[in-house]
Amino acid sequence: MAYEHIIDSERCKGCGLCVNFCPKNVLELTKKVNAKGHFPVYQARPEDCIHCTICCIMCPDVAIQIVETQTT
Amino acid sequence: MGKTFSKPAVLSDTMTHYCPGCTHGIVHRLVAEAIDELGIMDRTVGIAPVGCAVLAYNYFNCDFQEAAHGRAPAMATGIKRVRPDLIVFTYQGDGDLASIGMGEIIHAANRGEKFTTIFINNAIYGMTGGQMAPTTMPGQRASTAPAGRDTDQTGMPIKMANLLGGLVTPAYVTRQAVLKPQQINKTKKAIKQAFQYQVEGKCFSFVEVISTCPTNWGLTPLDSLKWAEETLLPYYELGDIKTPE
Amino acid sequence: MAKVLMKGNEAIGEAAIRAGCKNYFAYPITPQSEVAEYLVKRLPEVGGVFLQGESEVAVGYMIFGAAGAGERVMTTSSSPGISLMSEAISYIAAAQCPAVFVNIMRGGPGLGGILPSQADYFQATKGGGHGDYRLLVLAPDGVQEAVEMTMQAFTLAEKYRGPVMILGDGLIGQMMEPVEFPENLATEPSNKDDWATNGMSTRKSKKRNLVKSLFLDPTELNANNLALKAKYEQMKREEIQFELYNADNDYKVLITSYGTMSRVCRTAIDQLKEEGIEVAMLRPKTLFPFPEQAVHEAATKESCKSVISIEMSMGQMVEDVERCVKGQRPVEFYGECGGDIPSPEKIIDIIKAML
Repeated sequence: MAYEHIIDSERCKGCGLCVNFCPKNVLELTKKVNAKGHFPVYQARPEDCIHCTICCIMCPDVAIQIVETQTT
Repeated sequence: MGKTFSKPAVLSDTMTHYCPGCTHGIVHRLVAEAIDELGIMDRTVGIAPVGCAVLAYNYFNCDFQEAAHGRAPAMATGIKRVRPDLIVFTYQGDGDLASIGMGEIIHAANRGEKFTTIFINNAIYGMTGGQMAPTTMPGQRASTAPAGRDTDQTGMPIKMANLLGGLVTPAYVTRQAVLKPQQINKTKKAIKQAFQYQVEGKCFSFVEVISTCPTNWGLTPLDSLKWAEETLLPYYELGDIKTPE
Repeated sequence: MAKVLMKGNEAIGEAAIRAGCKNYFAYPITPQSEVAEYLVKRLPEVGGVFLQGESEVAVGYMIFGAAGAGERVMTTSSSPGISLMSEAISYIAAAQCPAVFVNIMRGGPGLGGILPSQADYFQATKGGGHGDYRLLVLAPDGVQEAVEMTMQAFTLAEKYRGPVMILGDGLIGQMMEPVEFPENLATEPSNKDDWATNGMSTRKSKKRNLVKSLFLDPTELNANNLALKAKYEQMKREEIQFELYNADNDYKVLITSYGTMSRVCRTAIDQLKEEGIEVAMLRPKTLFPFPEQAVHEAATKESCKSVISIEMSMGQMVEDVERCVKGQRPVEFYGECGGDIPSPEKIIDIIKAML
């Protein structure tokens, strides 16, 4: 089973909750502002992501989704 | 290992107006997940309050009514009595429920009206700019208590879940929090349980959710979570106050 | 159809049921508590819903919720209670939900008294709540009319998708008169799928409905107000009701009066007629929309020298009468407020003093 971690940068308000609670320290806030003037989150170390969905659970804006992908 | 996560169908795609880090967004999602998982969107009517969540109806795809300040439990009573088959929930904050709406929530709970109330307790008035709430902590600063809440003048904060739990009529009354993932998962279970009781036509259900208000607390979203853990949770104890069994 | 002797309050309750309204939320207040005491027994017989709310404030919003869910619903109260419901009435008007409110007027202001009055005319017709809305106001003169107007009120509320008020008084509420419940006044409820929160599964469109009164965008708010105004203009064209009494002659004085007070005036007019003195009365049956043209025409009849508005108040409807007479005749006023209804003899003396 493979998963893809998808961040919607335009929905993200840069609150930092997900960054704080990620158990694998995958996430950081970018230095590039989005259309609403927030600094959205991105996966700084995506290879460490275990798709635990804690970031999704903490996010007040449903800015992060995790979907199944076809294993090649 | 791993699992999927996606937006529940009942939650609309509209981006919320809530401040960064405001936990309204988390609770909206949990309510939407509960409605989705119980398969009741087609007969659910939400009632939006006056407060930050006044536009809550923009974030849900089900039927909604908008109440006057504090009156949501009375409106819910009206809907539920004439259409007991509809699933009705109110979503209210500290001012709406614990101040102007105090009479309506106590009487609806006492009559055992079979709707569900989600009560967002962030110990302050958000929308109107940070005034003191009945739930504001002693010494906590607010725009109408600039030196901090003086309990000699204004009494102690009201513990709504305990107040309602003290009524004799059976109900499901619980206090939860959304300050960290484990709590969010428990809150989700409690909210779903609350709606489940309504689906069974059993009783009034009330979920108080300790939440944050970074903007009016003057703290970052992360520091708000910490302040809430340190200051609110010792006073507003988490757990089921009463169940209908 | 058999006539039944019924107390006004109870007849109003029965009228609602005959009009297909089976949902009643209310709070006790003298002089109309008998409506609830009657309906609490009667509604279960027809599978209806009865709830005594914790206050008139709460009741106003129970009405709003139920109306928003698309069900026929009514409440009854009296003056101070109507004050408490006035915010809800404003919301219901803005959100465009049909609902029927009955005000059995008592003395005011404040706690006032428990005897009849007509001192809520302004509150009913000029708005007790905030914002640009009007209530369609029907004013019965006795129990039979109270029954007919209550039944009509539900149809009107649905036709205009808004609140309708029956403005009675303590005498109408308390007295017993023979009454019939006309069959043809009960209409089927209208389809509410376009706007009511009656559950998405019941609707073909599967679109969700939103019952709200908040319009933060100025264009939208203006549009809502224009929509409301259009309704009130339509009411003015289509719903005016009034009665002209003893007007087919060269009357010297025109009385304007409504409700209970008009019955006393009628007796006074009959007695004056026997003495050879002709006095006419225009009795508005809808207080909003007000019979403006009819008042103007009746007042400016050549024989008519003056107009007097007789009310159980300190002078409320008289202001509308003055407005309609447009200065073309003197408009006087007589009123009493304590709850003692002026006698026909008193009215006769007043009229004679005007001649």
